[in-house]
Amino acid sequence: MNVIERYGLRLTRQRARLRALRKGLELRAVADRTRAIRPHDILAFTTLRNERIRLPYFLKYYRDMGIAHFLMVDNASDDGTREYLAEQPDVSLWTTAASYKRSRFGVDWLNRLQMKYAHGHWSLTVDVDEFLVYPFCDTRPLRALTDWLDASAIRSFGAMLLDMYPKGPIDAQPYHEGQDPFEIACWFDSGNYTIQRNYRFGNLWIQGGPRARVFFADAPERAPALNKVPLVKWNRRYAYVSSTHTLLPRGLNAVFDQWGGEKSSGCLLHAKFLHTFVEKSEEEMQRRQHYAGSREYLAYSAGIKDNPELWCKWSEKYINWRQLEILGLMSKGNWA
Amino acid sequence: MSVGFIMLCHTALHRAEQIAWHWASQGCPVVIHVDSAVGRARFEQMRKRLSGLDNIRFCRRHRCEWGTFSLVQAMQAASEMMLAEFPQVRHVYAASGSCLPLRPISELVDYLAERPRTDFIESVTTADVAWTVGGISFERFTLSFPFSWRRQRWLFDRYVDLQRRFGMHREIPRGLVPHLGSQWWCLTRQTLSAILNDPERKIYDRYFSRVWIPDESYFQTLARLYSTKIESRALTLAKFDFQGKPHVFYDDHLQLLRRSDCFVARKIWPQADRLYRHFLLREGDAKTRAEPNPGKIDRLFAKAVERRTRGRAGLYMQSRFPNPGWENGKTAGPYSVFEGFAELFEDFDSWLTKTAGTRVHGHLYAPDRVEFAGGDKIYNGALSDSAAIRDYNPCAFLTSLIWNTRGERQCFQFGPRDNQEITWLIASDPNAQISVITGAWAVPLFHSNANFSDIRRRAAELQRIETEHLEALRSPHAKARIRIWDMAEFVAAPMGPLQLIMDEITPSALRRPVVAPRMVDLSGFGQFLQNLRNQGMQPTLMGDFPADDAPQTPVNRHRQRPFLVK
Repeated sequence: MNVIERYGLRLTRQRARLRALRKGLELRAVADRTRAIRPHDILAFTTLRNERIRLPYFLKYYRDMGIAHFLMVDNASDDGTREYLAEQPDVSLWTTAASYKRSRFGVDWLNRLQMKYAHGHWSLTVDVDEFLVYPFCDTRPLRALTDWLDASAIRSFGAMLLDMYPKGPIDAQPYHEGQDPFEIACWFDSGNYTIQRNYRFGNLWIQGGPRARVFFADAPERAPALNKVPLVKWNRRYAYVSSTHTLLPRGLNAVFDQWGGEKSSGCLLHAKFLHTFVEKSEEEMQRRQHYAGSREYLAYSAGIKDNPELWCKWSEKYINWRQLEILGLMSKGNWA
Repeated sequence: MSVGFIMLCHTALHRAEQIAWHWASQGCPVVIHVDSAVGRARFEQMRKRLSGLDNIRFCRRHRCEWGTFSLVQAMQAASEMMLAEFPQVRHVYAASGSCLPLRPISELVDYLAERPRTDFIESVTTADVAWTVGGISFERFTLSFPFSWRRQRWLFDRYVDLQRRFGMHREIPRGLVPHLGSQWWCLTRQTLSAILNDPERKIYDRYFSRVWIPDESYFQTLARLYSTKIESRALTLAKFDFQGKPHVFYDDHLQLLRRSDCFVARKIWPQADRLYRHFLLREGDAKTRAEPNPGKIDRLFAKAVERRTRGRAGLYMQSRFPNPGWENGKTAGPYSVFEGFAELFEDFDSWLTKTAGTRVHGHLYAPDRVEFAGGDKIYNGALSDSAAIRDYNPCAFLTSLIWNTRGERQCFQFGPRDNQEITWLIASDPNAQISVITGAWAVPLFHSNANFSDIRRRAAELQRIETEHLEALRSPHAKARIRIWDMAEFVAAPMGPLQLIMDEITPSALRRPVVAPRMVDLSGFGQFLQNLRNQGMQPTLMGDFPADDAPQTPVNRHRQRPFLVK
């Protein structure tokens, strides 16, 4: 990495920050409770649209984990999402009707909020269908992890997206409000992931899982990326550049070990494949607001009409984080 | 009481208060050193909360920074106060604010009372310790360290470089033999007072104030001068990771800590409520006189360090992606690659499955699809049989397969018709057992019903590919167990090689005879090769097949086939 490339990255980061400032103007506060944030609180950042049914469980899951405050951007929901969130005592909510795509899929909005509120805090950036699992998450709160990361002078924590799916057709078992989505979608692919290194940003590009297997079997290079760095000790100079896959400065992407060892990492269990997915992919096909011309949704809706089953006889049933660690999907590293 | 505690604290003061209260209320005097970075108000609050006990003192405060002499000064101040104000104390125990007593205080008192002359201080020479941070071992005693490692790393490193370059080094005061060890010691009044009242103390202090991490060496070295009986171990259970950072204990370590029988453990996560509740409120247990036994905890942390530094062999994942050469094992376990066998023997897959009792795949890298064992469309770990997915990252496909099937040996066929990208991976992988019958790819061509000109072109291409592949297998970088026979040689005596391979795959299997696989009909093959030559192509990899076409092998199907001993 020479000086010119480094300068290029710096420009990219500055551009992302400027863009965040500009796109931040599109946000209108619905409920601003950010004054309640205390200095050591762990914050969660989320963009969402029409996810009312998922919210109760999402909030409960992360409250139990130890998130003190949720900062959320509602992108023109019309199903009661906004009203529900505005009532929550630990949620600060902004709303916008601007284009999701032109805010680079919500990244600009969240960068803006993080710049303003997350400085000096551990910041968790997740979608409402992503559920963080980290080593010892059944016995230690998130604060234990962030304290340990602080003590080890580690600024970012990687968690791969793990697509979860039900057995049988995706919409066979309807999800109801407040339910643990992994009672329905409790299966995952354990060992079909491919990794490439991205030398420019210093991160890994991970693809695979059921989406590559079923929807992208002919064009695996187009399968969605699964690498994520959701948990970061934020500084106002930082910026996400492409979803939560890539951060700048690039040192934050170094969540993997290159010399044979294992760093600590977690998984984001992805509860995308519930009955809501089938409705959603039809809607998204109309809106075309998703990544790369909603290519994913195109492939999905084509795939879903043919064969709605993601489950196969080698699917693994989710038990706990220890199982994921044994399978090699995440690692305790030297946290014991 | 015969034991008093000196306690260094800087954060989580509420926990320190709790511990101090616990000890003092049971009659053990406590002298507390609070880091001067802690605000006045917070300090006064702590003082007030502990004012109910008359055997708690606060000593003069220092600003303590890791790796500097200030920590020693804090310990000196606290120790002096302890010795002066509590004359009945026989042992002084150094503890920190994040320590937690694991056994009732009376057990510690008894334990020390039985060993009234013993100093418990880990104290070893630099040659005997592996835990050195920043690549500095004995030099911590001979170089000078005026800069902070935490705050002024650049200056710290440059100054070390400078001293090394110019061969500068400091004299160690006469009579001192540098020793290192955990700073959580327990010394007798005799030893401790001798150290503190030493007429040479000024010289020693000046010397140690420029030593790096003196809190790990000051008392450890000086105790060697005066102690009559040193037990070189700490009574406090404290474990450090590969970066020299203490391991932290959480609620889920409760059982482990209970069974360790150590007196005190550090470091405890301040919010580990269950641990504090359990160990501070525990009473009325049957008194034990067990020796501390931290073996289990040692193993736990040793494993964690191993995982962090070496990782699991053959695993490629989000937080382990080794640079080439740093894998500590490119794949997770042994596997076998067979090249040319499926072409030369009828139904070789099922024969091998039966004989070796392992998983036998077809050509995993076949151009149209992945030929998993049994024709499965999806295999272990939900690997897909799509050739496109496999070819997107052929090496990852193999490493994933081997990882997913840990504990079960995988065998697969390979040949010049297949995707060749894994050649270097398998050639350089000590887990691979590669057996090659060169030129056997010609057999399907020989049996095919294609035009001879097409056959000739195809043969030339396959021969080129296999030659390249063989070059890799024969290169000095190849680390696999590789065996190569040319086809003529193999056909002449197939039993020896097969026996060799089988012995390696199932070394411990019961020895019993197994019928050999049936070779395909090769009559006319010599002539076929001659025809290729006549058409201008030079088949080199098959070896010498005479063109006159006398059958070389037991091709007679009614004859008894030979046996293999398994």
